[in-house]
Amino acid sequence: MSGEPLLSVDNLGVGFKTDAGVVQAVTDVSFEIYPGEVLAVVGESGSGKSVTALALMRLHPRNTDTTGDLMFDGIDLLKLTDAQMRSIRGRDIAMIFQDPMTAMNPVFTVGEQIVEAIRVHNDVSKKVAWDRTVDLLQLVGVPEPKQRASQHPHEYSGGMRQRAMIAMAISNDPKLLIADEPTTALDVTVQAQVMEVLHDVQEATGSAMMLITHDLGLVAGSADRVQVMYASRLMESGTIDDIFYESKNPYTRALLDSIPDLETHKERLDPIPGNPPSLLNPSSGCAFRPRCFMSAEECAQSVPDMVPVGEQHSSRCFRVADINVSVGATS
Amino acid sequence: MSVDSVVDESAYDSGALDHQQVGEPLLRVRDLVKDFPIRAGVFRRQVGEVQAVSGVSFDLFFTETLGVVGESGCGKSTLGRSLLRLLEPTSGTVMFGDEDVTTASKSRLRQLRSDLQMVFQDPYASLNPRLPIRDIVGEPLQIHGVPKKEARARVDDLLTRVGLLPEHGNRYPHEFSGGQRQRIGIARSLALRPKVIVLDEPVSALDVSIQAQVLNLLDDIKDEYELSYIFIAHDLSVVRHTSNRVAVMYLGRFVETADRDTLYGAPAHPYTQSLLSAVPVADPRRERARKRILLQGDVPSPANPPTGCRFHPRCPIAQDICKQETPELMEIAVGHQVACHFALGPGETLLQRTEALGRAVDIAST
Repeated sequence: MSGEPLLSVDNLGVGFKTDAGVVQAVTDVSFEIYPGEVLAVVGESGSGKSVTALALMRLHPRNTDTTGDLMFDGIDLLKLTDAQMRSIRGRDIAMIFQDPMTAMNPVFTVGEQIVEAIRVHNDVSKKVAWDRTVDLLQLVGVPEPKQRASQHPHEYSGGMRQRAMIAMAISNDPKLLIADEPTTALDVTVQAQVMEVLHDVQEATGSAMMLITHDLGLVAGSADRVQVMYASRLMESGTIDDIFYESKNPYTRALLDSIPDLETHKERLDPIPGNPPSLLNPSSGCAFRPRCFMSAEECAQSVPDMVPVGEQHSSRCFRVADINVSVGATS
Repeated sequence: MSVDSVVDESAYDSGALDHQQVGEPLLRVRDLVKDFPIRAGVFRRQVGEVQAVSGVSFDLFFTETLGVVGESGCGKSTLGRSLLRLLEPTSGTVMFGDEDVTTASKSRLRQLRSDLQMVFQDPYASLNPRLPIRDIVGEPLQIHGVPKKEARARVDDLLTRVGLLPEHGNRYPHEFSGGQRQRIGIARSLALRPKVIVLDEPVSALDVSIQAQVLNLLDDIKDEYELSYIFIAHDLSVVRHTSNRVAVMYLGRFVETADRDTLYGAPAHPYTQSLLSAVPVADPRRERARKRILLQGDVPSPANPPTGCRFHPRCPIAQDICKQETPELMEIAVGHQVACHFALGPGETLLQRTEALGRAVDIAST
């Protein structure tokens, strides 16, 4: 990647204070997003991927302890006042949520909600904003956009609602789009449509995208770079080819090995043994150690650092030197 | 992949020869229909119906796994529940041996349920939070009058069998993770030594790293207890992994059934091909090389299904006849049935056919 990063996250930590103690949902996460690129964040539920995204939007509740630096386009997001943050949220950074039914207000029409999103950030008349809304709905492939803009969210199907969400998210030409599991609630044939729309608008607007998902297939087809999260930390980051073919992390490898494939048949799957750890009482050492097929003594002592293993490729593992076989290359 | 391959080892592996191998089907389902009434007004008069399952027929053979795959709302879960009469079927027959499950009396049905069991999708909703695991797994034994002492020993054995410990029996569901809960659900379904288990999305609520554990467990107990599965899922990769034969369902009907390798290797129904082409694969190089057909629109409402072939409004190769006549499920090769007026030939892709018809089709650029 060349040039200045659009977003630079340094040592992000997010902790939730609960009655049972502090749940450290994100620990020591550092990464960059460059203009126009698609960065995928993959991980299982509870790995901290959505919490990371919400931290970028500063959408966490009051009992949250957020530390680190979030530099976006030269501004430290964590130092902004609430009012300053509101002027960035939805304009420069926009988010697409997983479930469009709960992310939209059921008592307003889809058009009214997009108009509101436009008028919050731009001093334009309702008429101008409405025309732009219709154009946006057309752009994301909502048929008969004029009529559909006057309908309420419940009159839309799941796929259409997600298109409307995308229209709302791009209404102010954001520099960064955060898509949090944008297609998880959708069927595969509709998922393919929505991903296509997302790609088209991302290309048309030139915005960068952070795609959060648990679906490795979706990542393979749409991302430039990937980062893998496990138990609140980044485990590995690299280009998609780095991660899928040259992974230097046992967790990434085990994850790729454990999924059944559509085009080849394996008699037996290779599961990852055990369960993800609780974030309430993290053990010392590497969080993946109890489930890792190559854990050693040192892994129990301390948490390994992210170490560079290639040009854009880094991994959090003490034993990176022992992982050198290429995987999964079926080119 | 050729359908008429010679009899060899791989044919056995693919499940193509299963019926020759085992003779009589265990379960024979004919014309199963399940309608849900739509009621409106003060007197809740019936104003219409949702045809969730409309005329499904199939056989399930001994130790076979039949995968039923389709998108949400296609009726696959309703089908599974109707088979066990957790929902009363509107019409049709479900023959288990010589007995029709759909007309069995209540007491007889209870006995039949010892042979026909179910594992549910959501391991959080399907276990009673107020019962310890021992009682959850042992409840079927208690209902069927197994002496307490024997039941206890069998529960311990079942818990061990699904990868838990006997001492877990004293704990409550909330103390377990999703994957462990699904193991408990599986142990409960095994308690009465059933012959057929209907698995309704058994792994879709689980994280990927846990899915593989549960899939392997299902595989192991199938061999050990000589079970036959009806495996209902929306994930085509998971169905491919688990099933010998696969049925693709669309709006209440089977549109294609075939042994696993034929269905995935030479799908003949335009919907099956579009569905397979929509699934992303976790391999960037293959993803870049793929041409993905984008279907138009969403699945229509089953309350008002399209006339003729129910797939015709989204089908890129639909003709006039498709709007008028409902295609029957026809055998196009041994064990390969398709409900399409213009079924695709072996090796023929939907894209080729669409282009041959001179029609435009949306292809994803990624």
